[in-house]
Formats: sequence, structure tokens, C-alpha cells
Amino acid sequence: MTSAAAAPAAAPAPPSRRRRASPSARRERNAGLRFISPWIVGFLVFTAWPILYSAYLSLTDYDVLTDPTFVGTENYERMATDPKVRLALWNTLQYTIIQVPLYVVVALALALLLNQAGRSAGFFRTAFFIPKMTPPVAVGVLLLLLFNGQYGLVNEVLGVFGIDGPSWTTDAAWIKPGLALISLWSVGSSVIILLAALRDVPAELYDAARVDGAGWWRRTRTVTLPMISGALFFVTVVNTIAAFQMFTEAYSAYFGAGNSTYSNDAALFYVIYLFREGFEQLHMGYASALAWLLFVVIMLVTAVQLVVSRRLVYYEGEQR
Amino acid sequence: MRRSLPSTVVAATAALALAACAQGTQAEDDAEGVDFAADPGDRLSIMGFGTGDEIAQVRYDRAVEALGDVDVRLAEGELDIQAFLSAVASGNPPDVVYANRDQIGTFASRGAIIPLDECVEAHDVDVDAYRDAALAQVTFDDQVFGIPEFNQIQVTMANADLLEAAGFTVEDVNGSDREAIQAASEAIAQDDGGRLSVIGYDSKLPEFLPLWAKTAGKELLSQDGRTAQLDDPDVVEALEFAVGIYDAQGGFPAVKTFRDSADFFGAGNQFASGALGAMPMEQWYINVLNEVSPDAPLAFDAFRGPDGEAIAYATGSAWAIPRGSANPQAACAFAKTMTETESWLAAAEARAADREQDGLVFTGVLTGNEEADQRIRDELVPSDAPQPWADAIDAMYEANDAAFTLPANPADAEFETAWQDAVNRVLNGQQEPAEALAQAQEEAQSALDAAWAKWEEDAS
Repeated sequence: MTSAAAAPAAAPAPPSRRRRASPSARRERNAGLRFISPWIVGFLVFTAWPILYSAYLSLTDYDVLTDPTFVGTENYERMATDPKVRLALWNTLQYTIIQVPLYVVVALALALLLNQAGRSAGFFRTAFFIPKMTPPVAVGVLLLLLFNGQYGLVNEVLGVFGIDGPSWTTDAAWIKPGLALISLWSVGSSVIILLAALRDVPAELYDAARVDGAGWWRRTRTVTLPMISGALFFVTVVNTIAAFQMFTEAYSAYFGAGNSTYSNDAALFYVIYLFREGFEQLHMGYASALAWLLFVVIMLVTAVQLVVSRRLVYYEGEQR
Repeated sequence: MRRSLPSTVVAATAALALAACAQGTQAEDDAEGVDFAADPGDRLSIMGFGTGDEIAQVRYDRAVEALGDVDVRLAEGELDIQAFLSAVASGNPPDVVYANRDQIGTFASRGAIIPLDECVEAHDVDVDAYRDAALAQVTFDDQVFGIPEFNQIQVTMANADLLEAAGFTVEDVNGSDREAIQAASEAIAQDDGGRLSVIGYDSKLPEFLPLWAKTAGKELLSQDGRTAQLDDPDVVEALEFAVGIYDAQGGFPAVKTFRDSADFFGAGNQFASGALGAMPMEQWYINVLNEVSPDAPLAFDAFRGPDGEAIAYATGSAWAIPRGSANPQAACAFAKTMTETESWLAAAEARAADREQDGLVFTGVLTGNEEADQRIRDELVPSDAPQPWADAIDAMYEANDAAFTLPANPADAEFETAWQDAVNRVLNGQQEPAEALAQAQEEAQSALDAAWAKWEEDAS
């Protein structure tokens, strides 16, 4: 043992004091802030503040007209015992499970087809996107017409193949599949995103795969899908969130003005229930609590998707 | 000291945020002490009304003219409850609103609208001219909160050819004899390869449950608006019967699917195309049928109870003045002119002239003003109208005189949702009538109890 104490490691140099920004840097920063201040103010007033305020409202009894009365966790306790919350959550979950895979697969299939379309791709890209411009309320009405169990076009077509189509709009078992199918009306936006990703896949990868004897399916599975997995993940996440927030099409088809008295529990999605509580029955405190539950659910599901994506999604340039 | 830019942004944001959340600070005494006899202000804003036809336009023009120099601003379209209540809460409401009568109780109980007794007195509004049922629907805590406008009631409409071919008449399907309705429905209904191709009888659920319940001897809500009566055996029995009509035709989904495919407002409507035997329906549809299919083989009668007397469930609209209205005097004068007998008469004259020009029959207008209804019928509705329109007119006016309403209450939306959801659960095959109505009773009563308790607490 040496008597001499080990020489201390060279002490790190003391951190130099952060240099004051130069006047010109401060001017630039301030100018930047001025430029983005409309957005900052808009975000704080119209997004951040309402979010925080809704958290407060969720702890109150509030009917819009009179001042909110603090009730603690009463709204959350009521949610725990409200059978309609369970029903609405279950409906929403079922719809999401049906709709998201269907939507992503169809979007991908159309994008793959478009990618082969050559010169006419531009025309088809526009054609696929145009239905996205249809207002969601109109899509809800379209659902009732196309999916009418007796005289709707969908069942007419099924009839040509000898299939007796179901009562899409009145049979509880078929309402959610019907809504999932009509959601494909606006699949064009995702097709465009996936098509852009497909166009970014380097051609030499396909060439190399061909040289190795890979057929179409093999190339798609081992080259295309990994290379566009980032875009696929984005489409999946965004669409999952949208599915959890399903409202307009279902509301206009089953709860809106055209159906002022008829409704079907199978179409009672979570946001529809939230809307009815908040805006029809003026239980704004309870509706705020419902909104926060939905936020937590969506956050959890998105977090799970993010974790799973680490194993499945490849970003170009990423080292593994 | 010079404030840095980031702090300025934060301070401005905080100020805006605080301004944005300054709801519910409107003085409670806005509802008190309105001097309706004072001179009106120079502006009047209106929410919830549309001038889509001559009946609305003529009266609106008269009311605006009667206000003289007042600058009248109309936001056309149906009343957006959320927008309206937010405007009231923020202290910037419209001066007068046009609402459904069944919303008045809730608005009144929450202090969103003010009592109009002073308005009635100061402007000599002839409340005796209004229908009792309509007035009852806008009266809350013994105070009038609305001036009734249109009235809607139901009559029996039928396809005479289908009835005759099956050996029935419109009297068999007018509601007075349930067995006859059932028999006629089953005889008329047709099935084409598993698809319903003719509906025998459409009992028009869920919307007309109050009518079916009343013919069974019960109203859905007690007269004081405090006790739901949804699980009453008479109501259960009424629902069972009305649903049974659908069940005998393959179930409600089949009927709904088929009726959804019909061109309801066009020349190919269910009666004209021979796709429907009979149904109770609101009276405005008479005008539609007269216009789009004047030659259809139609038959009309009032809807009747087991005693053969006409009966109808009345709904409608009313004018109300929001708490914090900046010009309640002009609002009151406007509501009075819109609903007074002479205005209705002038509007009906315009419509009658239009109909005559188009070679159509003027079948009348139903309002909340009894005197106006009578004069329109006496002076403008043709006494020699051709059939079946003469029967339609008789049925409509007979039903209007026998209409009932559900009383004003502070939980109308929750109450309506409870019973309509119950009917829908039965129609969709989720529950039996007794079970569904028992659940609805619990939901409705709970909502009523809470709303009345809150109102009593606020009032004390």
C-alpha cells in the first residue's frame, strides 16, 4: 500500500460562466419571439388554458350558466359507476380494433397500387384524396344511404354475389363494422402519406433484392415495409387517436338532427356520450371529467404503441 | 423598469386567459326590475329564428316595422343551446331567442331567461288568446317565461287504396281501436322475398310514445313536472302495443330500414308509392303531401283515444327574453307582434295566396294563438276544399283543440333522453318494455330530483 494518496484525478475545469448573449443575439431572439408570439398567445389562450381549466372543471358541478361549484372527485366517482361510460368505452375500443387495422391495410394496399401506376399516379392520387374533402356530417348521411339494409348500394352489390347483406344501420352487431367501412371514404389522406414514403425507398435496395432472387411479396415484406415503417407507424398512431375520438359520422347518422329521436346504443361512442352530457344536458363538469379519462386512455394506448414501435419501426439512417 | 418581451407575452396571455374565463359573473339581479314599459333601445339581436318561408317572413317584416328605428339583427338558424347559454353566462346575450317550448322550463330554472309577466302587462299581450296547453308549457313556477309561437300536433294519415284493398277504413287505424290497427297492419304489410315492401302501420316510435301513453290513460310526467311516470303499467302497456306493431312486420329494424329508403319529402313518398298503410304524423306533413303528391290516394282522421275522442301531443316553439338582454322592451314588443292574431292572419294570407297561385289547397296554419287559428280557419281555409284535404283540415283542427303537453320542468333534456333511450333499447332488441321503462324511470326521476333540488336551493 502506498502511503502516498493517490493523486486525485485532474479536477475538471470549473464550468465557465454562461456568457451573456450579445446584444445582437438578444435582438434576434426577441425578434423571433415577436414573430411567433401570435402562435404562443393563441396556444396559451385557446389550447393550454382550456386544457388546464377543464381539469379544474372536472372537479366541479358546472352547468355553463352558474358559477362552477367545487365537488372534489365526485365526477370521477360517478364515472366509475356510470354504466354508459363502460358501454361507450367498450364501443369505442371495439370500433378502434376493427377500424384501425382495416384502414391502415387498405391505405397501404392503395398506396402500393398507386406506386405502380406510372404516369396516371397523379390522377389517381387526386381521385383518392377528393373524398377526404367531404364534410364528415355528409359522410354520416352517406352511411345511411349506402348501407341501408334493404335498398343500400352495398347490399345491392353483395346481392349480386348471392350474399344477403346485414342490416348495417340498425343491427347492433353491424353498426360498428359499417362505420369502420365508411371511414374508408377518407382513406385518401393516409394513402398520400404512405405513397410519399414508398417513393422514398431507394431503388437500389429493390435492385439488390431482385438480384438475390426476391419476388414481389419478399421485396414488399423485407424491403418496402421496413423502409416505410415510420410512415406506417405515424398513420397507425394518428388513426388510433382519431378512432378513439370518433364522433361526427356516428353522431350525424345515429344521434343528429336526422335522427332526433332514434338512436342505437351500439353507436354510443365515448365522445358522443361526452358531448351529450356536456352540450345537451349541460353537465359540463362531468363532461370535463369524461374528457380527462379519454385523454388518459389515449395517452396510455399511444405510449404502448411507442414502446412497441421501438422493435418494429425503422428510421432511415438509424443504427441498430 | 423596462419589461422584457417574454414577460410581456406572458402577462398579456394571462390577461387574455382571465378575460376568457370570466364566465358566470353576470349579476343575478339582471332578471329583476326590468321596466318593460320604458322606451326601447336602438338595437335588437335575435337568435334561433329563420325566415325560411312566407309565414315567418311576413310576421318578421311586420315586427321589425313595428319597432320603428330599432336596428334589428337576426342570426338565422336553429337555436344553438351552448352558444346561447355561453352568451348569457358571459353577459352578452341576444335580446330575444326563439326556442322549443320544452326547453323553456330548463332555461327558466337556471335563470337563463326572465319572467315575462311584466312584459305581458306592459305591452298588453293578450294571453287569453293563446292556447292553454301552449301557455302551460312555457309557465314555470307560476310565471310565464315564453310567448308561444307555432303549434305541432299529430293526425292519422293513411293510404286509402291500401286500406280499402285490405277491407279497412281510416277509422280503423285512427288509434281508437288497437285490435283494428293490428289487424289492418298485418293485412296491409307485404313482404317481397324476405324484404318488407309495404309497411302496414308505423306507430312512429320513439317520438310518439307520449301520445300512445296518453291514449292508454297516462302522461309520462306528472302535472307538477316533478314525478316521472315512465314505469306506470299503462305506459308499459302502450309501449308494448306500439312495439308489437313493428314486431308483427318483422321488427323495427326492418321497418326503419325500409322507411329510411323512402323519399319522405318528394313525389315518391311512402303514401304516393303505396309503401305505407297508415301512421300518426305531425300536421305539417299534410302540406308536404298536398304539394308533392296532391293526387295520392290519401285519407285523414284525427288521432283518437279508445273513447273515440281526438287527442294530440302538442309541441312547438316560443319567444323568450334572456337574462341580461340589453333591450328587453324591444324584445317584448317584437315577440308580441310576431305572435299576435293580425300577424298570423297576414302571414296566412300570404301563404293562401301562394297556394292558390300554385293551384294547391291552403290547409291552414297551427299556432299557439287560439284566436289566430280560428280566424285563419274561418277566413282563409277553404270551406269547400276537395277531399281528402277537407278531411285533413277537419282532423287537424279537431286534434289541435284536444292537444295536451308535458309540463315545464328543469330537467327536460335528461327526461327526454331517458324515455327515448328506453324506447330505443326496446326497438333495438336490447330490453323488454318493462325493464327499459323501469331503468328510464330511475334515470329520469333522479335527474328531475336533482334539478328541482338545485332550483329550490338557488331560489332560496
